[in-house]
Amino acid sequence: MDEILDILIKDARTPAEDIAKMIRKPLASVKKAIKAYEEDGTIVQYKAVVNSALAEGDAAPVRALIEVSIVPQKDVGFDRVAERIYSFSEVTSCYLVSGSYDLLLIVEGKSIQTVAEFVSSRLSPMENVRQTTTHFLLKKYKEEGKIFKPASSAKRLNITY
Amino acid sequence: MYVSKLVNDLPPSGIRAFFDLVMGMKDVVSLGVGEPDFVTPWHIREKAIYSLEQGFTTYTSNKGMPELRKDICAFLKDRYDLRYDWDNEMLITVGVSEALDLVCRAILEPGEKVIIHEPCFVAYAPMVKLAGGVPIPLITTAEEGFKVTPEKLEKAWQKGTKAFLINYPCNPTGASYTRQELLALAKVAQKKDMLVISDEVYDELTYDFDHTPFASLPGMRERVIYLNGFSKSYAMTGWRMGWAAGNEKILAAMTKIHQYLVMCAPITGQIAAREAITNGRENVLAMKKEYDRRRNYIVASLNELGLECHRPQGAFYAFPSIKNLKMSSMDFAKELLETQKVALVPGGAFGSQCADHVRISYASSYDNLREAVRRIRIYLEGRHG
Repeated sequence: MDEILDILIKDARTPAEDIAKMIRKPLASVKKAIKAYEEDGTIVQYKAVVNSALAEGDAAPVRALIEVSIVPQKDVGFDRVAERIYSFSEVTSCYLVSGSYDLLLIVEGKSIQTVAEFVSSRLSPMENVRQTTTHFLLKKYKEEGKIFKPASSAKRLNITY
Repeated sequence: MYVSKLVNDLPPSGIRAFFDLVMGMKDVVSLGVGEPDFVTPWHIREKAIYSLEQGFTTYTSNKGMPELRKDICAFLKDRYDLRYDWDNEMLITVGVSEALDLVCRAILEPGEKVIIHEPCFVAYAPMVKLAGGVPIPLITTAEEGFKVTPEKLEKAWQKGTKAFLINYPCNPTGASYTRQELLALAKVAQKKDMLVISDEVYDELTYDFDHTPFASLPGMRERVIYLNGFSKSYAMTGWRMGWAAGNEKILAAMTKIHQYLVMCAPITGQIAAREAITNGRENVLAMKKEYDRRRNYIVASLNELGLECHRPQGAFYAFPSIKNLKMSSMDFAKELLETQKVALVPGGAFGSQCADHVRISYASSYDNLREAVRRIRIYLEGRHG
C-alpha cells in the first residue's frame, strides 16, 4: 500500500508536513496525493476510534453483530439485497462473507430495544432475507488494532545507554 | 581501600548525575532511551509463558539449547550464506554484553591493546580494561559520517594491538558500513593481523543498504568474533539474550569462562529467542519500517531547527551537533531537561571528543517525537530571543 495511506491509517491526524518528512517527498506532492485520495474516494472518512465505555454524556450506543442469510437474486446476486439492507442508517457496516451465512452487519441503536425493533420490523421481514442471528456486543477489548485497556505499568526507564 | 585499583580507576560514567536527574523527574518526554519502544511481540511472549506452564525452568547446556544454536546457524546460513558449526562455533550468552566481556577475557593478555572507535557504546573501553587490556580510541568525525576509515584504522594500530572492536550500525551515531567499506577495513585487519570483535546487535535496523556481517567477508571468518543478540531486532532487551559465533578455539575459551560465570543463559529467554528467530521476521520488518519513518522525520526536524544532523544509516539514534549553540552538550541536556522536560543523552557519554553532540533516540512514538521537537523548538527560540 502507498506509504501515505499507511501512515494515515495509523494516525489520521499526521500533518502533511510530517508525512513529507517521514517519506522524504516534497510537501506539495504529499498534499496533492492526499487530496486525490480524498476526491477519488480512496480515503472515505477521517474518524476517531473511541472507547465508548469511557466516553461521558449519553449512554453509549448499543451495537450488535447480525448474521444474515439471504436469497441471492438473479443477475445481481447478493448486491441488490445488500444495498437494501445497508441503506438503513442503523447499519454502520455491512460485509459479504463466506461461511454459513451471507452478510455480516454491524448495527447500532440507542438501546437493545431499538436494535431488536430494527431486526424484527425492518430486517427479518424483508423479502430474500431467510434468517438472522443477532449478537449484542458486551465489551470491546480491541478495535482497529488498538487495545482498550489502560496502559500497563511496565515502562522503560527514561534514559539508558 | 576495599575496592581494587582497577575498578576504582574505571571512570564512573561522567553523566551518572545527569541520569539521576532525569530519573527523578516526572512527565519527561524522553529521547534518551537505548531500547525499542515496542513490547516483545506477543507470539514470543506467549511461547515463553507456555514454556513456564510446561515446567521448562531448568539449566540448559552451557553453550545454550542445541535447538536454539541450530536455529541461529540456520538463520545465518539462509540470510548471509555464513556457515557456523552449531556445536563448536556458537555460544548463547546473557545479552551481547556478556559475550563482549567473554571475548575480551578470552583473547587478551595483560597490556594487549584493542582499537575502539569513538563515539561508541559506553561499555567497550571498561570491558577491555577489566580484562586487563588497553583500549586505543580511534576518533571518528561527523564529516566522515562517524565511520572508521581504513587509513585511520591503520594509523591507530600500534605494537601490541590484538583486536579491533567495531559496532555497526553504531550506538550512538547510527553509522553503518557498506560491503565495500568493510572490505577495506578487513584488509587492514589482515595486514596488521588483528582479530575483529564485531558487535552487530543493530544489524536488522540497517536502512539504506543490506547489512553485511564482518565475518562474511572473504578470509575473515576465522578472524572475526561475531556478536549479536535479540534485544534490538525483536524488542527483547529485558530478556538478555545474545550470542557469539566464531573461531572454534576462541569460542571454546569463551565457553570456559561462561560456564563458570553464569552456567548458561536463562532457559525462558532461550525458548523465547527460538520463537523470535524462527517466526519473528514479519515483526522485525514492520518495526524497521516504523523506525525508518521516524528516522526521516527526526533528522529533517533537527536540521530544520538548526541542529546539524548527518543521516544515520542504522540503529535508532540520531547524533546531531550542537556546535552552533556554543555550549557543552551536558549544559544543553540539563537546560533542555529543566526548562522543557525533554531528556536526551549528552555526547560526552560516548567519547571524550563528542561533547558537542547529543544522542537522540527515535525509539519513541511519533507523538512523542513530535512533542519533543515542539519543545526543543521552544527552547531554542527562547535562547535566540
